[in-house]
Amino acid sequence: MNWAVIFEPQNLALYGTGILTTLGLLFSSLAVGGVMALLFALALTGPIASLRWIVGAYTYVIRGTPLLIQVYLIYYGLGQLEWIQARWDSVWPWTHFKEPFFCALLAFSLNTAGYTAEMLAGAIRETSAGEIEAAQSFGMSRFKVLLHIVLPSALRRTLPAYSNEVVMMLHSTSLASAVPSMLDVTAAASRIYSDYYLPFEAYLAAASIYLTASFCLIGFFKFSEGHLLAYLAPRKH
Amino acid sequence: MNAYYLAILQGSVMTVGVSLAALLVSIILGLAGAAAKLSERPVLVALATVYTTLIRGIPELVLMLLIFYGGSIGLNHLMELLGSDTVIDINPFVAGVLTIGFIYGAFMTETFRGAMLAIPPGQAEAAWAFGMSRSQTFLRITAPQMVRYALPGFTNNWLVLIKATALVSLIGLQEMTYLAKQASAATRSPFVFFLFTAALFLIYTTVSLFALKKLNARFSLGTQRVQL
Repeated sequence: MNWAVIFEPQNLALYGTGILTTLGLLFSSLAVGGVMALLFALALTGPIASLRWIVGAYTYVIRGTPLLIQVYLIYYGLGQLEWIQARWDSVWPWTHFKEPFFCALLAFSLNTAGYTAEMLAGAIRETSAGEIEAAQSFGMSRFKVLLHIVLPSALRRTLPAYSNEVVMMLHSTSLASAVPSMLDVTAAASRIYSDYYLPFEAYLAAASIYLTASFCLIGFFKFSEGHLLAYLAPRKH
Repeated sequence: MNAYYLAILQGSVMTVGVSLAALLVSIILGLAGAAAKLSERPVLVALATVYTTLIRGIPELVLMLLIFYGGSIGLNHLMELLGSDTVIDINPFVAGVLTIGFIYGAFMTETFRGAMLAIPPGQAEAAWAFGMSRSQTFLRITAPQMVRYALPGFTNNWLVLIKATALVSLIGLQEMTYLAKQASAATRSPFVFFLFTAALFLIYTTVSLFALKKLNARFSLGTQRVQL
């Protein structure tokens, strides 16, 4: 074991860059994917049958295929289409399809949106009928019921499942290393492995970074669950 | 062009092989882990807890690279120490199966533990009262009921495991994803090949889902279903 190599300044800097890329990918894909998930969940539980069917098919395909293939499809695959080739030199937003970060971000966002939409839709469907009836009897419109009654409680009840999804997403960002020129934590470890031929040290360092990040995220969600879901806990007196 | 599709289709055999072999490893580890967690022996409980906590906190890809690259160096060091100069190459199939099995063993541990806890203790007590031995009780009474409680979690784990096999392509195993990538590099038409591979994966997960639903119906015979 040769741990001194890992702690050399330039290698620490490599891991530092990796951490920034990983966290950047994680939080931006969660943000983009979260907004999409909310819209998809509303479509899944909404009154328009064709929309329900389309979004249902989308989540089914996303959840039934490996993320790695989705990343490849977007990064390598879309470049094959002439329609995009004609545009990606000049026409915004297609110019972004040449950037590895954008492609990885798009793939991760579409992926997490599929999983999160199903969780949210489940929570929306499970809202107790009495709450909705009470809101309706107060004369609230469909939109108001959704905004003031259904969503605040459904979003909170999704939290425990969503915390799993966030940790899964953190782990999924390691697939960004499969895209050339992306330097996330895994890619940093791979580079140190190939530079020094030290697989144990390089990958164990990466593993401990992911482990720490996972525990931080889990701790954060436990904390927020304690606050936001306190009203669901059994009475203590 | 057609030859590439055929190659990917043949690669699906490898995908199915890796996933089934990894499933077997994970079931064995899961049963052992669940037994350890429920054993009430502090050392075993601690070991199993460390196993499930660590594994679920580290990405599959990092673990796989660690085991594949680290394992081969470690093994060769070991061979050197033993005074042999044969160089061992870890086979990507073995590395993939072991890693995926090892990772999903942690998830299976939790699933099986939950299932074991869900069986009312009166069942085993009744079996003992009839004079059954511990192994008889497990095989005849506990295990068949455990299947029912474990199936939903097992189904989830299996679907995630299937998708994780795509990662084995990154350590060089020639399964569907690897062959699709090769085909795209050779023909410069990646979109269709990755789409084809995605479709094959979708078929695999859909068939699994269907089969496990049938199995679930079989093992839930005689249980009351509550209609809300």
